[in-house]
Amino acid sequence: MTLALFIEQLLNGIQLGVMLFLMAAGLTLIFGVMGLINLAHGSFYMIGAFACAAVAAATGSFWLGLAASLAAAALVGALVEMTVIRRLYERDHLDQVLATFALILIFSEGTRWLFGSFPLYLDIPQVLSGTIDLPGGSRYQLYRMAIIGVGVAVAGGLYLLIARTRLGMRIRAGEADREMIGALGVDIRTLYTVVFALGAALAGLAGAMVGALQSVQVGMGEPVLILAFVVIVIGGIGSIKGALIGAILVGVVDTMGRFLLPQFFISFMGPSQGTAVGSALASMLIYILMALILAVRPSGLFAAKG
Amino acid sequence: MKKLIAAGVVGLSLGISGLASAESIKVGMITTLSGGGAGLGVDVRDGFMLALKNAGNTEIEVVTEDDGQKPELAVQIADKMVQSEKVDLLTGIIWSNLAMAVVPGVVQQDILYLSPNAGPSALAGAMCNKNYFNVAWQNDNLHEAMGAYANDAGYKKAYILAPNYPAGKDALTGFKRYFKGDLAGETYTQLGQTDYAAEIAQIRASGADAIFFFLPGGMGIAFMKQYAQSDVGLPVLGPAFSFSQDILGAVGDAALGVKNSSQWSKDIDNAANKKFVESFQAEYGRLPSLYASQGYDTANLIIAAASKASVKDKDAFRAAVKEAEFESVRGDFRFGNNNHPIQDIYVREVVKEGDVLTNKIVGTAFEDHQDAYAAECKM
Repeated sequence: MTLALFIEQLLNGIQLGVMLFLMAAGLTLIFGVMGLINLAHGSFYMIGAFACAAVAAATGSFWLGLAASLAAAALVGALVEMTVIRRLYERDHLDQVLATFALILIFSEGTRWLFGSFPLYLDIPQVLSGTIDLPGGSRYQLYRMAIIGVGVAVAGGLYLLIARTRLGMRIRAGEADREMIGALGVDIRTLYTVVFALGAALAGLAGAMVGALQSVQVGMGEPVLILAFVVIVIGGIGSIKGALIGAILVGVVDTMGRFLLPQFFISFMGPSQGTAVGSALASMLIYILMALILAVRPSGLFAAKG
Repeated sequence: MKKLIAAGVVGLSLGISGLASAESIKVGMITTLSGGGAGLGVDVRDGFMLALKNAGNTEIEVVTEDDGQKPELAVQIADKMVQSEKVDLLTGIIWSNLAMAVVPGVVQQDILYLSPNAGPSALAGAMCNKNYFNVAWQNDNLHEAMGAYANDAGYKKAYILAPNYPAGKDALTGFKRYFKGDLAGETYTQLGQTDYAAEIAQIRASGADAIFFFLPGGMGIAFMKQYAQSDVGLPVLGPAFSFSQDILGAVGDAALGVKNSSQWSKDIDNAANKKFVESFQAEYGRLPSLYASQGYDTANLIIAAASKASVKDKDAFRAAVKEAEFESVRGDFRFGNNNHPIQDIYVREVVKEGDVLTNKIVGTAFEDHQDAYAAECKM
């Protein structure tokens, strides 16, 4: 194993982490501010990817597709909040899980009805194809580097939004005491809609960016959703900072595990058995990580409250 | 008016009783119609239904249910279909891990199972059963063909890659059985994995001269796109599943020129295949994949067997299925001792016909090929 390969794998881990952060940020924000468990978050990811693929196919421009993915996910998010989610805030978590699970089925079948069962085509934009040279003689794909850049920018933007703006102040107040900010005359309904749409837009952005790397198909959001839940549980539910650290941790541990564990077992078990044991263990690694962290810190690394 | 309705009712009831007197067969189809693997299940189902329509067959009633690619769900559906729906035979399962969960239990209850896709090695060897027929292939077959092709193409050091589930292990075993060169690396990925950056980085560092990968459905699209976007640039080989019609559109031009192995291709020259490809396009507005051809053959096999024996007479019907006297779209087809196909396997190349990416045959890898497990089967 060379240093160049190690650096490349580390970047792959960070890129996966950044993508998970975009999903987890919305999920944790919605849970932190509104106390809502939203299983349908993966559907916004899918909607973003489909909007991007459809618009990119129609116009030939990935960038228009990207804008469409943000708009479509935010719009659908706002609509869903106003029609369905709003009725769930006062209910317990089981009702929320049931209702948002129903939304997953509705969105999946709706998308299948509109676009069919077969995956759509979406490629990365021409400007971002190719690779860049890294110190140490390795190369890294420009598009994945751009995803890392977008993720870092979103993390910075979210920090500024929450720490420095009036909207952010209201969001923090909403996390601390819902009834009180309502009593102080803040339009809490609009605030909730805005937060929900923001979370949905971030998921849509992640879906569009990743759609160009993977296949744009119905049901693409649910595997990512599971990882995003692992991230927010590790990071501490409700904490944006926790989501960022948790996402990078999960991304790097997962990638490095897939890369290093088989090699480790091959070194003393031989190739075929080592590969099998290493791959099996690598796929469990992030859940083992989650269990360990929860054993030490039961409410996650950066729990927002209590 | 009343008379008219009465006449209609009488007519209808006559019609129904008329149907009931003909021998009806109830087929339970458990297949994947949602999630990342839906394209495969949809093609198997559409192929199956098209065969019934082309044959003008109304005696076969099909009950279809979606297994969501989940083994536990597939087992529940199978129980329900056998116990409350009272189906005569079952078919439809795409994924080998689901087949391993469902098939052994079903065939124990003396229900016929005809596999239109999954062919795990365990069910071809020691666990073979007189009630289990595979109409597609034993899992290893197409990969064996690619192993043989890799020798002919002069590759000496291959990096091989498949998902960590029964068919993935069969795939790499099959490839290694015929490939004479060295392995630069062997990787099992997670089933349903969509990001292959870590694997592609390892391939680049491994010094391989070719890559063989088995990644069906969305996994293959993701891998091929990411591979093309990277600058590794080594030749890629795979079974037809990695380059089937259902995923070529989403992979795009990155797949052009890639060699893959298949027991079927749309350009196999026989009357049955010509009719299949034309009517499939007319009915569904897209080109069929090998999965669709397997669904189509499965239905035609059932129709042919039903014309010889009653489905209620298990022994006679089983014997009629085993004779396999139907016009397979892949040409010659017969069952071996373990109820798995003995058939030709071709090498195809991905080409562009107009704007559409598709496959065409460029050579024959094996003639009358039988799987490696047949000897272990005591039938």
